[in-house]
Amino acid sequence: MSARSSVPRIAVLLAVLAAALLPVLMPSWATLVTLILAKGIVVLGIIILLQAGQVSFGHAMFFGAGAYAVAFWGKYVGAGDLALFLVIGPLLAMALGALVGLFVVRYREIFFGMLNLAFSMVLWSLLEKLYHYTNGADGIRVARPTLLGMAFTPEVFQYVLLYLTLGLVLVVSYGVQRYLDSPLGHMLRAIKSNETRLEYLGVSARRILLVGYVISAFLGGLGGVLVAVAQQIATPEFAYWTKSGEFVFIAILGGAANAAGAFAGAAVFEFVRFMAAAKLANAWQLILGIVLIVIIMYAPNGLIGLFRQKKKPAGAKP
Amino acid sequence: MDSTIAVLAILDGLSYAALVFLVSVGLSLIFGVLRIVNVAHGSLYAYGAYTAATIGLAVAKISPWLTFPALLVASVLVGVVIGGLMERFLLRPVYGREEVLQLLITFAVFMIMDNLQRLIWGVQPIFAADPVKLLPNVSVLGVNYTSYQVILLPLVALATLLGLRYFLRHTLAGAVILAVTEDREAATAIGIDARKVFLVTFMIGASLAALGGALASPTTSLVPGMGTDMIVLSFAVAATAGLGQIEGAAVTALAIGLARAFIIYIQPEFEVLVPYLIMVLVLLVRPMGLFGTSKVRKI
Repeated sequence: MSARSSVPRIAVLLAVLAAALLPVLMPSWATLVTLILAKGIVVLGIIILLQAGQVSFGHAMFFGAGAYAVAFWGKYVGAGDLALFLVIGPLLAMALGALVGLFVVRYREIFFGMLNLAFSMVLWSLLEKLYHYTNGADGIRVARPTLLGMAFTPEVFQYVLLYLTLGLVLVVSYGVQRYLDSPLGHMLRAIKSNETRLEYLGVSARRILLVGYVISAFLGGLGGVLVAVAQQIATPEFAYWTKSGEFVFIAILGGAANAAGAFAGAAVFEFVRFMAAAKLANAWQLILGIVLIVIIMYAPNGLIGLFRQKKKPAGAKP
Repeated sequence: MDSTIAVLAILDGLSYAALVFLVSVGLSLIFGVLRIVNVAHGSLYAYGAYTAATIGLAVAKISPWLTFPALLVASVLVGVVIGGLMERFLLRPVYGREEVLQLLITFAVFMIMDNLQRLIWGVQPIFAADPVKLLPNVSVLGVNYTSYQVILLPLVALATLLGLRYFLRHTLAGAVILAVTEDREAATAIGIDARKVFLVTFMIGASLAALGGALASPTTSLVPGMGTDMIVLSFAVAATAGLGQIEGAAVTALAIGLARAFIIYIQPEFEVLVPYLIMVLVLLVRPMGLFGTSKVRKI
């Protein structure tokens, strides 16, 4: 029944190769591709929750938590190592996810979305207003970290970060796929199709959803760390509701039925933004909004859905 | 805290609550009938403000008093035209589809409107304070305040509350809306055009958001992002009250408005935090909101 493993391997391989090799040919793309991959990781978390039929309109709080873990370390502790950041950021987000999750998994649909939104706005307003600790809306600059003690020049570092991110993408995608194929993942999907029956089987739907929620918070934190390091800054905007909306947007754009959709969606989103910002003087939001409406009206399964309908075996990344 | 500051905080809170109420009651009404959370609601607020300022600045050359009707014209214009187009061509095709898709359609509209707003009105702040200056100041317990903010705004909010109540409970059109909300199929079976009801309700809700913006326009500078902040705030009020609760929205708007006004004088950095904190705390205890009726869990 699983639609998720039906994207041809060759397409996935081509996409990975494109992500790995294109930036070598065009150095200016290294950071862009890193951002695409990092956002894709966050969107994977949204997709996990969508499997259960729940939409979080506040997931930016975990993204922000990961980013600010890095930023605060730099501000209060000193120079840090990327390996360390990749541990503390996601763990912090996970802890926050467990705490918030305990409350939100009791609710469904619009109430789930609303409560997530409320929690994320609390975090955002703290980041924005506790100027003394967070520099307010200006955000905190993130210095280029070392990796396992090795220091790099900016030119080399962007590639280090890119390949590290790519490696992480492969690992977490595999992990998420395994999770969704496991009994836990099947039970998660049962929350969407028939929660009552799930409970009659003696399963606690809340606990199942909590596991999914904490995993998705972890992914949000991981993406936050990578984006903060790539952009060398963390701002309150990372936790603002429009960011949460953006992640849900990317999930639907790519196709929420499939892990590959997260990255396809992120690629199109960032690419349109990048091109439109360069060529059309700040009309990128307008263009993305229209793209989103067209996708929802005519391709409700997202880009990956289109791709599967046409059964093009080797179409590279859209 | 001395009494002057307390009076000042109450007046601030009152005028702010009046604006927030208008916007959130529109959001609540739309949700109550269409079951859609309109993310673009804040954009309608912003467009109401900008349109009112644009019309107002144009007619002020003839007579500054014309800026008052301009406020009303702007809100109806925005609500009927933008709200109407949005419901007819974007929302109608997705009724019955997954909730997340309906939500995202309005998110897409938000992105488009936000961008267009920058293209049309630019990013420089716009000021259009004529209506506030025309009305005299009043002295309340020794505190001077503009009567626009402490008399006109609350009066409009009160009139809206009573008007909506009367409309929904005591007129045929209101009964038709309630019938469609209660049971769309049965209502359609007795000859009610549910699509028309949805369209009209959406226009009313959108006009209320625009009215909030239009009335706010003379009291503040118009900047990009004003709608982005307002939407979450009106969410907070509508959700805290219970989605679809009209009187509840009024009480909650007042409570949140006053709480926010007092906190500004006590601990200004927590100003933005207050509404969301209240929302979290209320939803944790009562997920259906303060005034919402709880749905019995099936299991």
